[in-house]
Amino acid sequence: MAETKSALVKVAGLARYFDVSLPWLNRVLDGQPRQILRAVDGIDFEINKGETLALVGESGCGKSTVARMVVGLYRPSMGSIVFDGVDMAGLGGRAEMAPIRRRLQMIFQDPYASLNPRWRVGAIVSEPIRAFKLIDDEAAIQERVGQLLRQVGLSPVDGHKYPHEFSGGQRQRISIARALSSQPEFLVCDEPTSALDVSVQAQILNLMKDLQRRLGLTYLFISHNLAVVRHIADRVGVMYLGRLAEIGPKQTVFALPRHPYTRMLLDTIPDLDMTGRQRTPVAGEVPNPINPPTGCAFHPRCPFANDRCKTERPEPKPNDTGSITACHAVEEGRLPAGPLTAAA
Amino acid sequence: MPIWHNLKDLVRRFLDSDVFYSFKRSPTVVIAFALTMVFIVAAVLAPLIVPHNTYDVAKLNLMDAFLPPAWVDGGKFSYLLGTDDQGRDVFSTIILGARVSLLVGFASVALALTMGVALGLIAGYVGGVTDAVIMRVADVKLSFPAILIVLLIDGIARGLLPRDLHDKAAVYVIVMAIGFSTWIQYARTVRGLTLVEKNKEYVQAARVIGLHPILIMFRHVLPNVMGPVLVIATLGLGIAVLTESTLSFLGVGVPPTQPSLGTLIRIGNNFLFSGEWWMAIFPGLFLVILVLSVNLLGDWLRDALNPKLR
Repeated sequence: MAETKSALVKVAGLARYFDVSLPWLNRVLDGQPRQILRAVDGIDFEINKGETLALVGESGCGKSTVARMVVGLYRPSMGSIVFDGVDMAGLGGRAEMAPIRRRLQMIFQDPYASLNPRWRVGAIVSEPIRAFKLIDDEAAIQERVGQLLRQVGLSPVDGHKYPHEFSGGQRQRISIARALSSQPEFLVCDEPTSALDVSVQAQILNLMKDLQRRLGLTYLFISHNLAVVRHIADRVGVMYLGRLAEIGPKQTVFALPRHPYTRMLLDTIPDLDMTGRQRTPVAGEVPNPINPPTGCAFHPRCPFANDRCKTERPEPKPNDTGSITACHAVEEGRLPAGPLTAAA
Repeated sequence: MPIWHNLKDLVRRFLDSDVFYSFKRSPTVVIAFALTMVFIVAAVLAPLIVPHNTYDVAKLNLMDAFLPPAWVDGGKFSYLLGTDDQGRDVFSTIILGARVSLLVGFASVALALTMGVALGLIAGYVGGVTDAVIMRVADVKLSFPAILIVLLIDGIARGLLPRDLHDKAAVYVIVMAIGFSTWIQYARTVRGLTLVEKNKEYVQAARVIGLHPILIMFRHVLPNVMGPVLVIATLGLGIAVLTESTLSFLGVGVPPTQPSLGTLIRIGNNFLFSGEWWMAIFPGLFLVILVLSVNLLGDWLRDALNPKLR
C-alpha cells in the first residue's frame, strides 16, 4: 500500500447536458425554446489507488450520470476524465478504448436486470474474458470462471445454471464475478446494494471490502444510503443538483460537515442515541434541473442563504478540516462548525 | 458431449415448462398441433405418398376426367376424392398443392421475419434518424393493403421477366411479394421490445466492456425479444398461406401446371355450378382445416407466452 496516494482517476470540470426538448416540429409550432437538462454541471474529484470514493445525494442529483460517464456509457458534454494518465475523451474508436475498458468495470443497481436471463451464469461471467480475448483456451476459461465464482462465495457448478435460479444477493455476487473477470483495477458501483435486503446488503458490502483488500481495487461507489457509505467509503462526495456540495475524507464529512446540505442529510440518519430527539426534517424538494436556481443551487432550501447565494455560484474551496466545500456561508464564516441545530 | 448435454437439458426444461403444461391441458391445441404436423409431414413427403403423380402429363387420362368421389355413384376407388377436368386425382393434387402452399407460406414468413427482425432491431437499438427512416417507410407501407402490394410486385415481376420464365419464377415472386408486404409487423414488435431491452442493465454491462453494437443486438437483445416474434410468425404462416391462395385464386399466383390449394379452388370454382362440387370443396376444406389449425396454435402460443394471462 505504498503507492496509495497516487490518483488513479482524475475528473475535472465534468458536465453532461441532455437535450430534452420536444421534437423540432412541435417546438417550432408551440414557439418553445430548446430545453437542456444539466444532469451534471461541472464537478471535480480524484480517486487514489486502492481507495473508495462514495458519491451521495438525493434522487436526480446526477450521481448515476457521473458513474455512467466514468465507465464510458455517456460521453461528457464538457470536462475530462483521466484514467491512469490517459484522457478518455481523447480516445476515439472502440479499439483505442479497449485497453482502458478492460481495466474499469461496473456493478449495477438491479441484480434482476443486470444479468441476461437467456444466458448461463458461466457465459455471463466469461463474457468480458472472451470480449477482451484474455484467455484463448476453452478449458482455461472454464477454470477461471470457477475460480471467479468461488471468489465471490458461489460454487463453480453454479456456472451451469441460469440467473433466475438465484436470489438477489447471489445475482449481485454473479455481477461482481463478471466485473472482476477482466481483472480490472477500478470498479464503478451504481447503488449495488439498494435493491437488496438489509442483511444481504451487509454481506455484499463486506465481500466488496474484502475483494478491495485482496485485489487492491479502487471503487467509485454511488449511493443514497448514508449508512452504507459510512461503512464502505474512504472519501465522500455530496452531490446536489449536478454539483458537488462538499467532498472530503469520510471522518471529516461525517464528524464535521460544513455545507448546510451535508448537515441536513446527516441529520436524517436514524440513530439510537438520538431517539425521540427533535430533528430538522429535510425541507423542500430538489429543484428541476432543467431550470435550476441561479447562484448556489441549494439557496432555496438553505436556511443561511443571503443575496450573494442567490446570484453567485459558489466555487469549491478547501477548508481547514481537510474537506472541500462549495458554499458562500462557509467561506465567509457565517456558519458555526458544529452540527446544525433544530433552531435552523 | 456438451451439445448432447445441452439438448437433453433443453428437452427437460421444455417438458417442465409452463408452456408445455398449458399445451397438455388443452385438447383443442393438441389436435390442432397433430393436424398441422400431419399436413406438414404429408407436404414434405408428398412425392412418396400420393397415389398419382399429377405433374406427369403423360400419365393423365382424359377418359378419367370429372369422376366423382369414390363413395358416389360412378366413382372409382383409385380416385378417392374424384378427378378434375383433366383427369387429375383430386386427393393427389391437394397434397401436392398443400406442398406448394406450405412452401410459399414458410418461405415468405422466413423472409418477412428475417427482414422485420433485423430492421426492427436496428431501428430500436440505433434510434435517431435510422429509426425514423425505417419506421416511416414501414408506416407508408402499412397504408397500402397487403394484397395491393403483392399484386404490384407480382405485376412488376411479370413485366420484367421474359415470358418463359414466368412460371418458373412464380413461386419466388409470390414469396418475395408476401414477405415484403408482411415484414412491418415483425419490425414494429421487435423495435418496441428492443427499446425496452436496450435500457436494461445487462445490455449496459455489455456496452461497458465495449462489445460491438452488432454483437450486442444479436447476442443479447435478440434472444430476449424472440418470444412474441414466434407468435407473430405462427399466426403469419396461416395468413401467408391464405394470401397465396387468394393470389392463386385470382390467377396471379403459381401456375396451373403446379397448382397450389388456391389454384385448385379456382379451377374447381369453374365447375361448381355444373355439379362437379368435389373439385372446389375438397381443396377448400383442406385449406380451412390447415389455416384453422395453424391459427389455433398461434393463438394458444400467444396466450401461453403472455405472463399476464398465466
